Amino acid sequence: MIPAAFEYVAPASVEEALAALAEHGDDAKIIAGGQSLLPVLRMRLNAPEWVIDLGRIDSLRGVRDGGDHLAIGAMTTHHDVGQDPLVHEHALLVSKAITHLADAQVRHRGTFGGALAHADPAGDLGAPALALDATFVVQGPGGTREVAAADFFVDLFETAISDDEILVEVCLPKRAGWGASYEKFVRIAHQWPIVAVAATVRMEGDTIAEARIGLTNMGSTPVRARATEQMLAGQPATEEGVAAAAALAADGTTPPSDLNGDADYRRHLATVLTRRAVLAAAGRS
Amino acid sequence: MTATQEPTAGAEIGRDRRRKEDQRLITGRTRWTDNITLPGMLHLAMVRSPFPHARITGIDTEAARSATNVVAVLTGADLGEGQGACINAWPVVTDQVTPAHLPMPTDRVAFAGETVAVVVARSAAEARDAAELVEVDYEELPAALDLKEAAENTVLAHPDLGTNVSAVWRFDSAEAGTGGDVEQAIAEARENGIVIEREYRQQRLIPAFMEPRSVVVDPTGEQITVWSATQVPHILRFAMAATTGVPESKIRVIAPDVGGGFGGKLQQTPEEMIAFAVARKLGKPVKFTETRSESLLTAHHGRDQWQRLTLAATKDGHVTGLKVDLLADLGAYVAIVGGGVPVLGAFMFNAIYKFPAYQFQTTNVLTNKTWTDAYRGAGRPEATFAIERLMDELATELGKDPLEVREMNWIKHEEFPFTTVAGLEYDSGNYEAATARAKEMFGYDELRAEQAERRARGDKVQLGLGVSTFTEMCGLAPSRVLGSLNYGAGGWEHAEVRMLATGKVEIVTGASAHGQGHETAFSQIAADRLGVPFEDIEVLHGDTQISHKGLDTYGSRSLVVGGEALVRALDKVIEKARPVAAHLLEASADDLEFSGGRFTVKGTDQGMAITEIATAVFAAHNLPDGMEPSLDSEATYDPVNFNYPHGTHLCAVEVDTETGQVKLRKYVCCDDIGVVINPLIVSGQVHGGLVQGIAQALWEEAVYDENGTLVTGSFVDYLLPTAADTISFEIDHTTSPATTNSLGTKGVGEAGTIASTPAVVNAVVDAVRHLGVSDITMPCTPERVWRAIADGSSGGATTEAAMPHFDETEGGVQ
Repeated sequence: MIPAAFEYVAPASVEEALAALAEHGDDAKIIAGGQSLLPVLRMRLNAPEWVIDLGRIDSLRGVRDGGDHLAIGAMTTHHDVGQDPLVHEHALLVSKAITHLADAQVRHRGTFGGALAHADPAGDLGAPALALDATFVVQGPGGTREVAAADFFVDLFETAISDDEILVEVCLPKRAGWGASYEKFVRIAHQWPIVAVAATVRMEGDTIAEARIGLTNMGSTPVRARATEQMLAGQPATEEGVAAAAALAADGTTPPSDLNGDADYRRHLATVLTRRAVLAAAGRS
Repeated sequence: MTATQEPTAGAEIGRDRRRKEDQRLITGRTRWTDNITLPGMLHLAMVRSPFPHARITGIDTEAARSATNVVAVLTGADLGEGQGACINAWPVVTDQVTPAHLPMPTDRVAFAGETVAVVVARSAAEARDAAELVEVDYEELPAALDLKEAAENTVLAHPDLGTNVSAVWRFDSAEAGTGGDVEQAIAEARENGIVIEREYRQQRLIPAFMEPRSVVVDPTGEQITVWSATQVPHILRFAMAATTGVPESKIRVIAPDVGGGFGGKLQQTPEEMIAFAVARKLGKPVKFTETRSESLLTAHHGRDQWQRLTLAATKDGHVTGLKVDLLADLGAYVAIVGGGVPVLGAFMFNAIYKFPAYQFQTTNVLTNKTWTDAYRGAGRPEATFAIERLMDELATELGKDPLEVREMNWIKHEEFPFTTVAGLEYDSGNYEAATARAKEMFGYDELRAEQAERRARGDKVQLGLGVSTFTEMCGLAPSRVLGSLNYGAGGWEHAEVRMLATGKVEIVTGASAHGQGHETAFSQIAADRLGVPFEDIEVLHGDTQISHKGLDTYGSRSLVVGGEALVRALDKVIEKARPVAAHLLEASADDLEFSGGRFTVKGTDQGMAITEIATAVFAAHNLPDGMEPSLDSEATYDPVNFNYPHGTHLCAVEVDTETGQVKLRKYVCCDDIGVVINPLIVSGQVHGGLVQGIAQALWEEAVYDENGTLVTGSFVDYLLPTAADTISFEIDHTTSPATTNSLGTKGVGEAGTIASTPAVVNAVVDAVRHLGVSDITMPCTPERVWRAIADGSSGGATTEAAMPHFDETEGGVQ
């Protein structure tokens, strides 16, 4: 478990990091916590010549109140995001998902932006970010640009971030008062989810006024369960009503088949977990 | 007859001493093999085959040789005969087909992960870097991968052998004179009784010990010193000497603190042999420590059997015969015990029951996969699983409670000692008492009531109760029995006691601990026997220079065989001290009593501590005429019988019928392991064993794809549970002392693993049996349980693909 030799640079600012990236380009990998990159290096699945560490860029850490949204610095650790009262108040779904994310050691080393930029479809943050309509702020040589969550996840391990750009911030629209639940299905505790469902709902009395649902590991990117969301809107939060809507959750998904389950099993799980997640988010379980 | 009785409590035996070795083990302030750094030491990296079966047509080492700080790059041809061979110590039949096993093959690889070249460099990193530069040309050959297909010889794992069948080993009670004719019993049951026919899969498992294997070889000095993370330093020394021509007296093997083994370090490994050969060739100390990936890929695997079973019974549920037909996957080579693992199970399918007729046959098959060998329980978990699953099936057929059917068939406590249909004599046990206690702890009747209520209600979460009433043969082993089974060595154990001048005591044992707590337990035994403080005893082991004789640790043998050797050595010390005490106390030896560490003259207050006698013997100023000035003693003990712990394990699971998820609800067990030396160590053994057995039932499976690649090659995909996945176990004991050793102890190292797997699977099947399910293949994954509920199948095969979590693409972003 010894990585191939590489050069290491730890810039103090985003600008310096971008310069390093421009200089080394294809020969470089960015490390943003290292919880996925380090195993790859140690198993020699990849051998970049340069590793650019964003860990010393203080401006990339912390949760900021941006008025109508929260801005989460890309290098904020999972632990810090999960413990943040603003996140708990305005983006409860993210707090819930983080309680299920890996283990305590990983949550203290891994970063919010790093995990999202890694774009593992089995990662726990993609589905919540998608469900919450997060905006991804990326910075490149020409300045910053914003990418909507729906456009951010392109494919397995592939995002809209260009080779000369760095993810600097993730903005979550404030949704105070929304109920939320992250239903993660695993065989053992420290496993990536076989399927997970991120659901957040706005209740008006006993009625689901609005529902937002993201699915983890049901395709090569996180996906929204749009048909379910539409059917739920304006419906009473009953077991039957939610079940009927959740039955549509896997429509249009292309889940993988692997050791932990074939695609048809995952589609089935998605419907069961969606029902449970929505009912839990609606305070009905 | 064996009554259930309390252990005879000494001051130390029975006391829950904290393990004296734990502070250094847990804090790491100790010597593991990989910590050892010698002057001028070189490091090895292995170049391994990516193919399961291929001819080696060329190895280009040029680029690697010229890499920074590389000292040598060696192939099998370069090492020649000096590399020795990996031995099979147990040819189970005289005509066993055994492929030659060179540590580094010269012309053909037989499994993915086999070493084809070794790089020697000044640092481990440089060796690893250079290993990437070795170019090997392979000509791929068809690979024998599937066990059933391999048994048909469709593709040969070793073409020159002409067959994949290494051995067919058979036991038949009618032929052996230990019971009746099984075919007749089955024929009668087909006419007028019950016949249960099943096929069960024992999936392939990986021992996954905590400390990866590591070896350091120092050829400088008169003896070649080998440090290895092994369970078997004595056996390793023998095998190294026997296959390399180096005299045994010129090899010293040290197993320093070793971080677990579970049978996985009961091996003479290719890596040890390669390190030995390289060190000798270069005249320099070398080290090789495997990565976790290498460990999972190339350290021997366990289990991997198909079991075809036929059970015959009368209409009221008395079993009349059992027929067992196994296919056992040996992998690419016959490992050191290898083909003997299924044979160790042969005597245990009849378990705790009085079956009148029994037949067992195993067909041991070579494939192009990682070799298999002992893994915690070795043969006995497989046997216990099969019979305990079958007894539940019989109970279902009869419409009876599974415990009731077991009781109808088991050996009653007053019938011990009992000779079984497999020819073993069980010395003691009390299945009634252990079962009664387990039922009471479990709340069996209440849980059955809850189960009925949930079924009636059609609850989405169903409750299942699983039973496993196990026994095992352990304490390996009487040498005569091993000899009759064609095993290459004996089963005795050795101990020495050294009485030091200052009154302290050193104990030497040939059993080589690798996490069990020998130092604590053996100190307790010696403290009681000699009457010296626990703290004054040091236990030495795992170094052939200190512990020159021994057969090491496996098969739950250390305490029941090694402990008995120790008792006998301690008794010799006392008997040597007696005439000295008599001399110094000016009394007749016959008038002396020894108790609490003191010799006293009967009827007087005169006495002398054995530690004072040790000091007097050291000075040797005033000893009886002609007495040798030493109390030190040794003993070698060969057991007269195996050792038969037993227990009743009860498991409750909740099955989510919507997802197939299985959740442990309650697990209780009452094991009878005879007299307990240290309850804390026993609890640890039972808890750990349970988790490993439960893991086979629910989580672990080594999976190969159609290319012969190990798909579960990391802990991302090989699902090793943690504390987060288990529940608190409730354990208790009944005590039927073993009658074949003076401490009354029975083995406990494997008990939990052997018993728990069928308890869990029985519980899972019980939870969903009313939905049309009669079996679920292990591991009982949620998907399998869900499919079984959906279509009544046993859940189907595992898809041979891993989820990618690590991006292998070049360059890019976070």
